[in-house]
Amino acid sequence: MSPVSDYEIVIGLEIHVQLKTRTKMFCGCELTFGEPPNTRVCEVCLALPGSLPVPNAEAIHLGVMIGHALGCEIAPRMKFDRKQYFYPDSPKGYQISQFDEPLCAGGGIGGVRIERVHLEEDAAKTIHAGASGRIHGSASSVVDFNRGGTPLAEIVTEPDIHSAEQAGEFLRLLRTTLRVLGVSDVNMEEGSLRCDANISIRPHGQTELGTKTELKNMNSFRYIEKGITAEVARQAALLDAGERVVQETLHFDPRTEALTSMRSKEEANDYRYFPEPDLVPVPVTAAMIERARAAMPELPAARAARFEEDLELHPDTAKLLAWRSELGDWFEEALAASPDGVSAATAGPLANWTTNELLKRLEGETDPGGSKVTPAALAQLVALVGAKSVTAAGGRQVLEVLIAEGGDPAAIVEAQGLGAVGGEDTLAPVVQEALAANPDIAERLRGGDMKPMGVIIGHVMKATKGRADGGEVTKLVRSQLGL
Amino acid sequence: MIDRTQVLHVARLARLQLSDEEVGRMSTELSSILGHIETLAALDLSAVEPTAHVVPGAGRLRADEVRPSLPREVAFENAPDVADDGFRVPSPQA
Amino acid sequence: MSAELTDLTAKAAIDAIAAGDLDAAELFGAYRAAAAADELNAYTWVAEDTPDLGVAADAPLRGVPLAVKDLFCTRGVPSQAGSRILEGYRPPYDATVVAQLAAAGTSLLGKTNQDEFAMGSSNENSGYGPVKNPWDHTRVPGGSSGGSAAAVAAGLAPWALGTDTGGSIRQPAALCGIVGLKPTYGSVSRYGMIAFASSLDQAGPFARTVTDTALLYAHMHGRDERDATSVGRPDEIALPTGERLDGIRLGVPDTLTGEGVEPGVMAAFAAALETARSLGATVEQVALPHADHGLSAYYILAPAEASSNLARFDGVRYGARSEAGDLLSMYTETRHDFFGDEVKRRILIGTYALSSGFYDAYYASAQKVRTLIARDFDAAFAGVDLIVTPTSPGVAFPLGAKTEDPLSMYLNDAFTIPISLAGIPAISLPCGLSEGLPVGLQLAGPAFSENRILEAAHALERAFAFENTPSRIGGGAAA
Repeated sequence: MSPVSDYEIVIGLEIHVQLKTRTKMFCGCELTFGEPPNTRVCEVCLALPGSLPVPNAEAIHLGVMIGHALGCEIAPRMKFDRKQYFYPDSPKGYQISQFDEPLCAGGGIGGVRIERVHLEEDAAKTIHAGASGRIHGSASSVVDFNRGGTPLAEIVTEPDIHSAEQAGEFLRLLRTTLRVLGVSDVNMEEGSLRCDANISIRPHGQTELGTKTELKNMNSFRYIEKGITAEVARQAALLDAGERVVQETLHFDPRTEALTSMRSKEEANDYRYFPEPDLVPVPVTAAMIERARAAMPELPAARAARFEEDLELHPDTAKLLAWRSELGDWFEEALAASPDGVSAATAGPLANWTTNELLKRLEGETDPGGSKVTPAALAQLVALVGAKSVTAAGGRQVLEVLIAEGGDPAAIVEAQGLGAVGGEDTLAPVVQEALAANPDIAERLRGGDMKPMGVIIGHVMKATKGRADGGEVTKLVRSQLGL
Repeated sequence: MIDRTQVLHVARLARLQLSDEEVGRMSTELSSILGHIETLAALDLSAVEPTAHVVPGAGRLRADEVRPSLPREVAFENAPDVADDGFRVPSPQA
Repeated sequence: MSAELTDLTAKAAIDAIAAGDLDAAELFGAYRAAAAADELNAYTWVAEDTPDLGVAADAPLRGVPLAVKDLFCTRGVPSQAGSRILEGYRPPYDATVVAQLAAAGTSLLGKTNQDEFAMGSSNENSGYGPVKNPWDHTRVPGGSSGGSAAAVAAGLAPWALGTDTGGSIRQPAALCGIVGLKPTYGSVSRYGMIAFASSLDQAGPFARTVTDTALLYAHMHGRDERDATSVGRPDEIALPTGERLDGIRLGVPDTLTGEGVEPGVMAAFAAALETARSLGATVEQVALPHADHGLSAYYILAPAEASSNLARFDGVRYGARSEAGDLLSMYTETRHDFFGDEVKRRILIGTYALSSGFYDAYYASAQKVRTLIARDFDAAFAGVDLIVTPTSPGVAFPLGAKTEDPLSMYLNDAFTIPISLAGIPAISLPCGLSEGLPVGLQLAGPAFSENRILEAAHALERAFAFENTPSRIGGGAAA
């Protein structure tokens, strides 16, 4: 069997995002947050005879904001269509969606082009009741219409993604962008962000796309990456064996990592789209577009660029901070509290301490906001290290205390005697002692071989419990040996 | 013309069971109606914009304001089968 | 006494109540008794008691009873749309127009029979049995609002609500010898009107006089926040006073040659034009080059929208259900068992027209034809004030005469359908008799020209002096 790397992987994503309005897309029912079933329903979202939809202006506003954030063209009018299929979660027998005139088209983010963003309404929830409710000897389901009619934005990417990891990275950036925009809770477990992946592979160099399969309803980024990896491997094995990939919809079970084919709701998927006759297209006015633009916060991609350019952070660090908005916020708060002021000179070490030292010690937490370390405390600690009042190693010890107990870094240094041992008076005798204890090393150093310098530094560090500055030790060694 | 196979296909899309007799009758009746409709094919419509809505000035949006939902017992009043606080339906798989 | 009361026009009744000469409860009681004794099968539900009319006493319509087509949702009252799939269905809310008219002081007398989901031209497609024409009980009242038209003609209601998608107010009004107005599309809210074809459906009034028709419509129209297709009128509706047609230019479509029209209807139409001239109108021919394609376009658009609008009748949340072991069978059997033949036919045509590969040939083409027809009318109204035609090519036909041939039934609406496609208003008023049965005259005008239409109709009504007093035509109530 040839390795997966023989093939080019082509992935396009379809992401459904529940919009954070107060009410549903086409009626005034409040959005549900775990209320008892069928208590957030009315004649419109139950599709009682005679009821009619009226679009929620706020949903369109949030849709335009998404369009701005992804750099899309905004359509001149809001036109809705009916997408028809029978299923108990679709009370009208059609979903009001957008077919040929999506609200937003074009654009891109994180190197992935966006095909379109359109608005639609969410389906209701079908709970499979299993054995408890049997009719004529077969199982039944129970439908809860609370979720039905929740505004959704469907974001469709171009097939620009070429690995599971890239899919994960793109989704993380998209999620942060949407969270920063404030348009959605973007919580995958609660279903406010859902992702389907269209996956195909082709031999390198082949121009036409392979047959794609659709991987549905994956509810965490990790499962998406695992699911894509599994599906790519499955397709590669088929092609290797000279078989064909069949176009189908698949479900990935994260526990067993098995892919199972889902029977389609409507054979041949003939959705019979046509313009929604109950809704006259509404112009998307310049005022609406401007209002959405005025509501735009700084987005992760722009923030990363600012970190890179203004604060001269390494691109990876800038990305890491900006794509996790809470982390970025925490970092900026710390930077603002820095005793040395906001500059590239203070930002670099602070970013390093935030991402490398602090985050590493928080055991999987991505938001230091939940820890006992305040942004100001870390800023002070980094300033102490910068001023050489504490060594880096000492600083790490202070950080451990901050994580465990919180508190003021200067006070911890004082209380635990972690202040740097420095200066002629205190450090010179320790260096002298180290050279005396290692005459052969001293001899080699004197002869110009600087390699064993570390042994002396190590000795000094041990004697001072790490409170000495390596640079200063080297300087003292040189002066004492007359180099 | 619309033959039996097409009638059955369309009936399945529309979730409409038809007896054998109905399939035959619908095929005949639909063919006659569609035969009349075919006269549209004679028109040159290439330069004509479609009309979905006839009256200008319509169209509106709704402010994002909460309106009371129906009490659940009212929502269930006309339901054929209610169980576990929901509308009960047979499962997709027989 | 009762017959006298039910012979009153709504306007006369309102004036009498306002003057203290008539008790609204007595009027309601007289109509309730007549409706309860209905021999025409015009009603599917009649109010059991006389409601408390205290609140309505000062409202403009003074508690005068109103019959409402069963297509409108009435809170807590059966609203079955003529379909067995909605048997016993009681909505939790009122249609906007029902609520508006209640606020204006009408009181709900009953719900009227209709073709199932308003699909039909004879009322024979009702799941609750056909309605009889009060002029001849062996004949149809027209449809789909046959129950409303028959009830008003027979004195079982002073006026009534109907709906018109391709002629469903105008044609039964014509066949029952009363007045029916299909208003400008969008001027009356569709909220709570069970949808047949959303882009064509429009509610309107039935009454025995043009004045009553105007009065009811005056309290129906208005932009509704719950109906995104509704529009406000640029003007208010005035009660018509016209007696002459001086300077009015009437247009007769050049396609109206008499072919396919009963000679008696053509004769009555010709006489009506003569009357119009005698009142000062001029009559000329107008070209509506695409009107002949209206029927084809309509029988794509309306079924397509209907196939979608009727998808919600799936046995899940309301309505009848056929019990089955799996979901698919539950759907297909429910819809098979409780939809009638005509509804199934239109669902199939509509689904076919929207299905993959056929959309452009059917639905998109029909929408384009709609554009051409609307343009035809725009051009015609540059030269004439109103367009006149017979409302229906024939008088009321015998029950069962056309049920075997759907296409011949559809041809009944050839004069009303193009107007529906253009969304413009039209009235039908009785202009004479043919074979002892009423003939309707249709007057159509540009969008929002209801006042112009009502004024002209009022002048013609006086001149025609058509006798439609319920007690004189026999009526439908048991003696």
